[in-house]
Amino acid sequence: MPLFFLRTRTVMTALSPAIAQFEVEYAAARKSALRTNLISTTFFAVCLVVAAWIGGFFDMTDVTLSNGDRVSMWKIWAGLPRLGEYLYKTLPVLHWDTLGADIANWFWRWKVWLELLIETILIAYLATLLGVVGAFLLSFPASRNLAPNALVLNLTRRYLEIIRTVPELVWALIFVFCFGVGPLAGVLAIGLHATGALGKLYSEANENADMRTVEGIKASGGSWFDQVRYGIVPQVVPNIISYTLLRFEINVRASSIIGFVGAGGLGQEIRVAMSLQEYPDLSALFLIIFVTVIAIDTISEKVRHRIIGLTGKGV
Amino acid sequence: MLVIEQLSKVFGDLAAVDSVSLAIPKGQMVGVIGRSGAGKSTFLRMVNRLTDPSHGTIINEGKDVTALKGRDLRLWRASCAMIFQQFNLVERMDVLTNVMVGRIAHTGFTRSMMRSFTDEDRTRAIQALDRLDLVPQALQRAGTLSGGQQQRVAIAKALVQNPRIMLADEPIASLDPANATRVMDALREINRMDGLTVLVNLHTLDTARNYCDRIIAMRAGRVQFDGAPEALTNEKVREIYGTDYLAGDFNEAVTSTSLTTASLQLPKQAVGA
Repeated sequence: MPLFFLRTRTVMTALSPAIAQFEVEYAAARKSALRTNLISTTFFAVCLVVAAWIGGFFDMTDVTLSNGDRVSMWKIWAGLPRLGEYLYKTLPVLHWDTLGADIANWFWRWKVWLELLIETILIAYLATLLGVVGAFLLSFPASRNLAPNALVLNLTRRYLEIIRTVPELVWALIFVFCFGVGPLAGVLAIGLHATGALGKLYSEANENADMRTVEGIKASGGSWFDQVRYGIVPQVVPNIISYTLLRFEINVRASSIIGFVGAGGLGQEIRVAMSLQEYPDLSALFLIIFVTVIAIDTISEKVRHRIIGLTGKGV
Repeated sequence: MLVIEQLSKVFGDLAAVDSVSLAIPKGQMVGVIGRSGAGKSTFLRMVNRLTDPSHGTIINEGKDVTALKGRDLRLWRASCAMIFQQFNLVERMDVLTNVMVGRIAHTGFTRSMMRSFTDEDRTRAIQALDRLDLVPQALQRAGTLSGGQQQRVAIAKALVQNPRIMLADEPIASLDPANATRVMDALREINRMDGLTVLVNLHTLDTARNYCDRIIAMRAGRVQFDGAPEALTNEKVREIYGTDYLAGDFNEAVTSTSLTTASLQLPKQAVGA
């Protein structure tokens, strides 16, 4: 630090008392920062090792090498090649001269899959809509800077926490129990979880909003609703849009899984393919979901830019 | 007549405003001056009830406004329009809607939430914008306007509130001299033409002298001076600003925003060349 040379006694006499005082405080601040750094680094390192140990990263397993020797080695090294093995199994057999027929063979259930893909997207769409409406309305009482009082704030926050802590799959199980097998259970399950997740993100956007605008509305005699409608909403709309589109993408993924428990969508096919060990079906299904997610990502980016960037009108 | 009696605001141990008593006749243009932290902003915000007073009363035309709540409070806020240093407009919304927000206290819940203002409100807003030469910008986003334009939008919004009092909290502190002059001219015109009472917090002494009928100076929450601009002598100014740390004369030109001050004038020949 350039100022440290000032600490020599001869120069010290020429310094103003304020600078001398600063020197002392600066040294103390540096020392305490260093200590905090050291303690926190040690703490996180210990946590990392403990978590990895509990997570089984250091477990050993016995394997037979190619020359017939039995050796004990770390599970993670022993298991890694099997990942490739599994992926290799899912690859379809394609020949150049019979390519068309091979692909047709690979996607042999394409009619069912396409139908289920549409169902998957519709589940995600409805669930996102449900989540957006619920989260939008609840995000304002759940924002510290907007909540009318502590009771309302805590009630809405706890509600949002509870519904997003329960995973979609568990909600789906519950709703399949209530409403039977089918997409209805899936929509409700994902919608409820999305409400909780989006509500938190929206309310954080609200808390980051500039409160001067709110004051401008308040000074004109606006009610709490007016302050939210004009002071907050136009500011947070870009955030709301990006969170919502991201959530839609997440919901497509979620709705392609919840079929595992009978709540509609592609998941049921994945489950069947896994249990019947129809490995190439898995890669076909994965490819379908992957392409869908890419398409949604591309379209949503276009939509977002259109809404936020190009139009001059506010919302 | 706006009567303020023993008005105080306490933040923790600090009395930001300390027993201020004033009587402001209708139609007066009052400049409030003083150092930063003297309590000018808190005082103005209490009049509009954006900040609740700790003690004291505010009485307007015989009506106590210190105890107002709910709808009455919102109508009071609408009737004493506030203009802020940072404009406080909704930057992502168009200028016209920003101005129509001035009608919000008189707009029903559904209409307000749907952002569907009446044709009458729209007409008022356009007329107010016309008065401030801002009609061409009416459909632009407020955030794309310059500072001076934004402040004039804020004045238009204040006008459609149909107020009896106009409060301006350092309206020109973030503006360049040319825009500051336009904004102050607009405030004076509103004061003269519409007969509105105007209370304006100012940093710049010469602006206060040029535009106001009466100057109130605050120091440490108290009223230090209250009188005509002519009565504000250099000696008084030094008392208000506590300029003991400034050796020699207090130079108004340093803080001046006036275009006519000699130090800011361009050499005449340079313009022609």
